Amino acid sequence: MFISIFNAVESGVIYAIMALGVYLSFRVLDFPDLTVDGSFVTGAAVAALSISNGMSTIMATLLALLAGFIAGGLTGILNTKGKINPLLSGILMMTGLYSINLRIMGQSNIPLLNEQTLFTKLVDGWSKLGIDRGISSLLNSIGLDRVPRTWGILIVMLIVTFVIKLVLDYFLKTELGLALRATGDNENMIRSFSANTDHLKILGLGLSNGLVAVSGALYAQYAGFADLNMGIGMIVIGLASVIIGESVIGTKTITRTTLAIIVGAIVYRIVMTLALRAPFLDTGDMKLITSILVIAALIVPKIVTGHKETKRKKLKRLELEQRLKGDA
Amino acid sequence: MLELSNISLTFNEATADEKIVLEDINLNLKKGDFVTVVGSNGAGKSTVMNVVSGSLFPDVGHVSINGNVVTALPEYKRSRFIGRVFQDPMAGTSPTMTIEENLAIAYSRQKNRTLKLGVNKNRRSFFQSTLATLNLGLENRLNMKVGLLSGGERQALSLLMATFTNPDILLLDEHTAALDPSRAELITNLTKKIVKETELTTLMVTHNMQQALDLGNRLIMMDKGQIILDISGAEKKALTIDKLLHEFQRIRGQQLNNDRAVLG
Ligand SMILES: Nc1ncnc2c1ncn2[C@@H]1O[C@H](COP(=O)(O)OP(=O)(O)OP(=O)(O)O)[C@@H](O)[C@H]1O
Ligand SMILES: [Mg+2]
Repeated sequence: MFISIFNAVESGVIYAIMALGVYLSFRVLDFPDLTVDGSFVTGAAVAALSISNGMSTIMATLLALLAGFIAGGLTGILNTKGKINPLLSGILMMTGLYSINLRIMGQSNIPLLNEQTLFTKLVDGWSKLGIDRGISSLLNSIGLDRVPRTWGILIVMLIVTFVIKLVLDYFLKTELGLALRATGDNENMIRSFSANTDHLKILGLGLSNGLVAVSGALYAQYAGFADLNMGIGMIVIGLASVIIGESVIGTKTITRTTLAIIVGAIVYRIVMTLALRAPFLDTGDMKLITSILVIAALIVPKIVTGHKETKRKKLKRLELEQRLKGDA
Repeated sequence: MLELSNISLTFNEATADEKIVLEDINLNLKKGDFVTVVGSNGAGKSTVMNVVSGSLFPDVGHVSINGNVVTALPEYKRSRFIGRVFQDPMAGTSPTMTIEENLAIAYSRQKNRTLKLGVNKNRRSFFQSTLATLNLGLENRLNMKVGLLSGGERQALSLLMATFTNPDILLLDEHTAALDPSRAELITNLTKKIVKETELTTLMVTHNMQQALDLGNRLIMMDKGQIILDISGAEKKALTIDKLLHEFQRIRGQQLNNDRAVLG
């Protein structure tokens, strides 16, 4: 149990980078971009191919970023220059990417088990520090006998994801970032302040899918393979993370919202893991669970605030009645 | 400063919906001119503004600003030197962003946007002092989301954002029409003050005849895609609503059949 939740958190942190990308398109640009299912795999494919050809793991991950950026940029070009509606642009790109991903990989699956990945290196380096042994004995002493093999991946990934979050937070406050946000918020307005909204959308979708592809590249290295079908449903997972996070943590500021999304991605993974452990559910049910989870995240907060409002008003009314009685 | 020459524009040419919206419009604004534009619904006033701003392109004719022909320049490039406030108070600001972020967007209008922070210490105090000129207390609410402001407050902010970078031309399209009378008066006074202080070359559309008479040094009246009246200087100062309606009748041989045009 502890191990599977641990693994859920680990992969959740990697997926969080993808969710931040989805946040950028769906929320910041207000552009429902379905490219994600394709660009996640593009990132994984490019990284896997590069690594198995002996490229350094960091270079391979950066190359994945570039590939994702190009894919997202193309979706943006379809939408802005080709005047194709946002949903359709994304669907067309996603569909096209399936074939491109297969071309990149040359086969439907590239195993990385015998390769040095970012994570195998990391685990090697990390284990020398002896931190794992300390944590393990601590956990053993509180009665957990099965403990994670290494904490290195989780901690380093947390750092990486938070650095990306902080960079994104900063970017969204720069002159360029403000223009990007305004493009999603009030396009006519930002155009009347001399911003080229076409370019901003292309840039924003490029960055969004760049993040998605990095997430794919890291996931492939974490899981030890890239697979042509590993991106199916990714957009829904991203959206679920965004929506769950927003409803749990809130969206008061940018800094808070991006934190919310990371938390959302982790919570999503944990819930899925727990659901899988329920004896009456199996893997095929997970899509339905995802839908129900998103629906709940959308509806429950509304019910809760509605409830609080009614209660507040009732209290006020009682107070007034009391006072009137007192006066009489 | 702003010159429109032989501007014509037809919508849906050669279809059943064909509509000639502008017919050979010629207009020449000197630097510092404040021109009010009146005319009945559908006269083509907003279309003129859109042709100036570059959100519409004329079929024939030229637009030049400061001696440069900008007829083919897209809106986002032209808006470096054109400030604009729309009728809808929601149109001129970004609701999910804060007051200072909105101002920062307007502040970067005349330069290339970079990866520098949009709001830094210097800019914040500059924003604060410009906001203070509105006398609405907005300078104490820099971090409030603009979507939470009232229509009048948003319109005041829009006006400030459109003007505080000193554009060459200011376009106002019924920018007080969606506000209640007291708010409208506030924005009107603000407009008067800002235009006077910055000596902006301004084109202002209004349905409020009194406002059109009170503001500006020149008044033009449009009807059916043409400029039918152009009055400035002392003659404009002596103008009254009655005289204006009379003029319209004399030129068009008919009553100005639009209550809204009279009462605003
Ligand atoms: N995109 C368009 N396609 C077809 N006709 C249009 C279009 N935009 C405007 N028109 C028509 O052009 C004419 C002039 O419109 P415009 O908005 O310039 O009028 P206006 O003088 O601003 O009127 P109002 O006082 O009602 O704002 C109207 O008859 C309008 O129906
Ligand atoms: Mg109009």
